[in-house]
Amino acid sequence: MSDMIEVKRLAKHFGPIVAVDDVSFTVRRGEVLGFLGPNGAGKSTTMKMITGFLAPSSGTAIVCGADVTRDPIAVKRRIGYLPEGAPAYPDMTSAGFLDFIAHIRGFSGAEARRRVALAVERVDLGDVLYQPIETLSKGFKRRVGLAQALLHDPDVLIMDEPTDGLDPNQKHQVRRLIAEMSADKAIIISTHLLEEVDAVCSRAMIIAHGKLLADGTPGALEARSRYHNAVRLVLAPADQGPAAAAIRLLPGVDEVESLAEAEGDALMIIPLHGSSIIGSVGDLLRNNRWEPTAISVERGRLDDVFRQITTAH
Amino acid sequence: MRSIGTIFRRELASYFATPLAYVFIVIFLVLAGALTFFLGDFFERGQADLQPFFSFHPWLYLVLIPALSMRLWAEERRSGTIELFLTLPITMIAAVLGKFLAAWAFAGIALVLTFPFWITVNYLGSPDNGVILASYIGSFLMAGAFLAIGACLSALSKNQVIAFVITAAVCFVFTVSGSPIVLGFIQSWAPEALTRTIASFSFFTHFNAITRGVIDARDAVFFFSVIGVFLLANAVIVDLKKAA
Repeated sequence: MSDMIEVKRLAKHFGPIVAVDDVSFTVRRGEVLGFLGPNGAGKSTTMKMITGFLAPSSGTAIVCGADVTRDPIAVKRRIGYLPEGAPAYPDMTSAGFLDFIAHIRGFSGAEARRRVALAVERVDLGDVLYQPIETLSKGFKRRVGLAQALLHDPDVLIMDEPTDGLDPNQKHQVRRLIAEMSADKAIIISTHLLEEVDAVCSRAMIIAHGKLLADGTPGALEARSRYHNAVRLVLAPADQGPAAAAIRLLPGVDEVESLAEAEGDALMIIPLHGSSIIGSVGDLLRNNRWEPTAISVERGRLDDVFRQITTAH
Repeated sequence: MRSIGTIFRRELASYFATPLAYVFIVIFLVLAGALTFFLGDFFERGQADLQPFFSFHPWLYLVLIPALSMRLWAEERRSGTIELFLTLPITMIAAVLGKFLAAWAFAGIALVLTFPFWITVNYLGSPDNGVILASYIGSFLMAGAFLAIGACLSALSKNQVIAFVITAAVCFVFTVSGSPIVLGFIQSWAPEALTRTIASFSFFTHFNAITRGVIDARDAVFFFSVIGVFLLANAVIVDLKKAA
């Protein structure tokens, strides 16, 4: 069975507020799914329902064959969950806390010690193992939360903003860890950092107002940007004006924007429907002997797609 | 059910990880001593028993037990650890029982540490140690009932102060409903049956019955029923908050 998580028409109402509205999707082994969405979009609520913390108003989630509304314990056994903010008991030491998690997860004795040691090693927690969690820095607290989620080597990992508030090195480390584990697990992470989707996710979903608005690989989402295949061009200042006028007349060109950038003015040539225009732009430049100081093709930017999708509704 | 033990150990250890345990025990012992010796006329009575000591327990618990129980669920909700706790593979029964039993065991430890009173009274005279043992058991059962009420009300709010105040208020009602003042007041206008019903719901009535030295099944059943009902309500409240 390759569908590890199957979310079926999941919905959650808080009184009159619809937090999650009829969301369905599946996640397979080997996939890293990124939930994208503005704050309050319903990302966390969806995760809380899959992990059994909140009861859905309607619909359900099936994790490794177990239905979270019927057999929550079986679901919880298969999931490693890092809640938002990585909560942990502040007066416990990391070692004590992980030992507690190991026992609750059904390990004891040497096996519990082995599991804790392995998780500690994976998230590089060694130095602070015997300090109370409340005295740890944000980065270490997050690692304690990660170690807790990984301890039983779950098939399904669900992490709510795993890199939020970490410095760039720590972010890199957490992302590397996620990438390492992704092969044999189904992973869902939520984030509002778009670069994170590029860095770790094999698939991205955009959620806003509780609705699923887009679902695809990061590349496919980027292709929906109006900047997909756009050409960024820097010319000598004297050539900017005539070149812009000429390029505007090329077939396949939708618009030419001039950008004021730190290193000088640039032209952004936006194609019609994302078609490739670098060839015809190049020919035009050569024919007119306009020497570009810089020329590049844009892949499209996730944040444009994100803004475009989440503000249209 | 192994998870009850795991939760129990974590919770009990968490009392001792902060100054809470030590402050609680010291205050409990100091207050118990002060009440017994100053208000209870322990020496002046000239009797070798611990009746003055035990008679203040309902009032002592009224102030101190809500301080113990208020954090049980409210703290988890405030710090967000409840999301971690309730997504671990444990049943609701294990979660509720593990927490409650740890708090009850802690109250038991505080109670056991009052043994110098017992030594004192045995040094001064020859008390009926059977009565004293029964009284200790009764006090422990009553502490459990107070704690179950507190645990249940702690699940209602993420604010520990609210949990404390409501618990103290509810426990106060359960305690005074059997005191002579309240019963005398009710007796003046209410039918006998109502007075007896109100008295029968009082911790005071059942505790006093036990401190006379006989553990009547009805008194024990009463305390266990209160514990059972409030722990059930506790589980229901935690469950309802999931659906909210």
